[in-house]
Amino acid sequence: MTGFILRRLLAAAGVLWAMTVVIFAIVHILPGNVAYAILGEYATPSAVAVLEAKLGLNDPLPVQYWHWFRALLHGDFGQSLVMERPAAPVILEALERSAVLASLSFVLVASSGILLGIYAATHRGRIGDRLLMVGQFLFIAVPDFFWSILAILLFASWLNWLPATGYAPFGESGVLGWAAHLVMPVCVLSAGLVAHVCRLTRSSMLEVLESRYILAARAKGLPERLVLRRHALPNALLPTITILAIDAGLLIGGVVVVETVFAYPGLGRLLVYAIEHHDLPLLQAGMIVLTAIYALANLLADVCYGLLNPRIRHGRSTA
Amino acid sequence: MSDATSDSGATLTMRRAWPPRSMVIGGAIVLVLAILAMLGPWIAPHDPTAFAVRLRFSPPVAAHPFGTDEFGRDVFSRVLVGARFSFAMGFGATAISLLLGVPLGLIAAFHRGVVDEMIMRLLDLLISLPPILLGLLILAVTPPSLWKTIVTVGIVYVPILARLTRSVALGLLEEDFVMAARARAEGATSILLREILPNAWPPIIVESGLRITFAILLGSSLSFLGLGPQPPSSEWGLMISESRQFISQAPWIGLAPGLSLGVLLVSINVFGEGLREFLDPRLLGRSHG
Repeated sequence: MTGFILRRLLAAAGVLWAMTVVIFAIVHILPGNVAYAILGEYATPSAVAVLEAKLGLNDPLPVQYWHWFRALLHGDFGQSLVMERPAAPVILEALERSAVLASLSFVLVASSGILLGIYAATHRGRIGDRLLMVGQFLFIAVPDFFWSILAILLFASWLNWLPATGYAPFGESGVLGWAAHLVMPVCVLSAGLVAHVCRLTRSSMLEVLESRYILAARAKGLPERLVLRRHALPNALLPTITILAIDAGLLIGGVVVVETVFAYPGLGRLLVYAIEHHDLPLLQAGMIVLTAIYALANLLADVCYGLLNPRIRHGRSTA
Repeated sequence: MSDATSDSGATLTMRRAWPPRSMVIGGAIVLVLAILAMLGPWIAPHDPTAFAVRLRFSPPVAAHPFGTDEFGRDVFSRVLVGARFSFAMGFGATAISLLLGVPLGLIAAFHRGVVDEMIMRLLDLLISLPPILLGLLILAVTPPSLWKTIVTVGIVYVPILARLTRSVALGLLEEDFVMAARARAEGATSILLREILPNAWPPIIVESGLRITFAILLGSSLSFLGLGPQPPSSEWGLMISESRQFISQAPWIGLAPGLSLGVLLVSINVFGEGLREFLDPRLLGRSHG
């Protein structure tokens, strides 16, 4: 098991390093002059030259990359061009808010997705199961930005129950104000993923329920609740964990859209801001942070999977 | 994924002669929408970009079934003309993923070893960021436009198709008819194109069907974020994004393209689900599940 974790850790580190190269390359090789982007189209050539020298843009690309990468390893994420302050604290602050949004959603996705999936599997073909199927289709197919608009229209414009957009810090507006701003983003962010998890849990649960050891458990007279909890669930949830890891990625992606719609000042909103204002150092830094988080989420999922799957836990895996 | 064996083509025609109902209904709606999208600019009752300041924010009436927007433009015409962008993104991007992903998967499976390792590790980099972030990263640095969004979405989904193709091809390469081709000393290209590809297509087609919805979703999300076609284009994601300011005042501006997008995506999904049932004999036993 330790060997398995170590190998995954090394692989994740490798991917992360390679991504620093990719991100740097995309930002620097694609056309679009950084100095002009900062100074505007009408900048004088001399001003551009001065700025390029200041930013080290005249060095060969590998040298630039090395400077950037070395600074990154020292925790220096560069300077935001538009805000004119170090990128690291800006990103950290935004990341905290995104983390709140994402972890609340993740808890909601994991709990309600699994519960609804089990409900659908045990009530197969009945009205509840059918309704869930229709709901899944809608939530998986319709994009989250449209759900956001519908939610704002319904709960903010018409019913006036919740604030349409924005963010209220915990300290200033109290728990209620803080929570009220989170309800819609969390629900919209979760909706599609709940459907996804529910669908998968249902089908893997159904598959397990048809297996022979469940028949054996029932045959020896175990009450249905015990059959479900002790025998069916542990095996049925194994694929769900892999899906939850994939969903963590979709969650990170969804954060970008949902934060933009609800004007929630998190990392996703910050990235879109950086793109809109051509703040390339901020963009690079934000992308690296998100890649690292995504790699971490995948690593955690692999480890959880390994811990729960006896074939990997006892080192008989071929992976 | 690798159990699409060579005989699946034969069993499928024997076991089920007619496509499932969901495939027919979904396909019919998609077809109607596709025809509307193609004819859009010619059958639109109004010019989708013509301003009519006196008619601003008109609610839906007979002359403007979906109302008008902040410039008095006819929302119905805009939605109709905008449909083609969603189709272009869905089918264009999926075509690009197929054109890049399938050959990469075939080559990786055939050569194994170092080539396989290199191709797959490179593709791993593409999936080390969630799709929308990879899209943002690629599109961030250049001025946005429709074709860039299409190419980007296509690139984002290359790894999925390459991996699928590779795993299907790996299974097929063990088959006797491939051994026979090798024994006849056929070249790599000939084996891949004549022996492997014709037998590998069912799962690839099914996956492509799924990819079309994801491509439309991703493309419209990117253009919602401002990284697609630019105003005054009536791409649906962009229209929804622009409608946000007026959401309480004139909700129809955003609802019309949003509901259209929903109908399109749900019907492609229903069609895709039916197609999967139709092509995948493994599912026949539990098709009601």
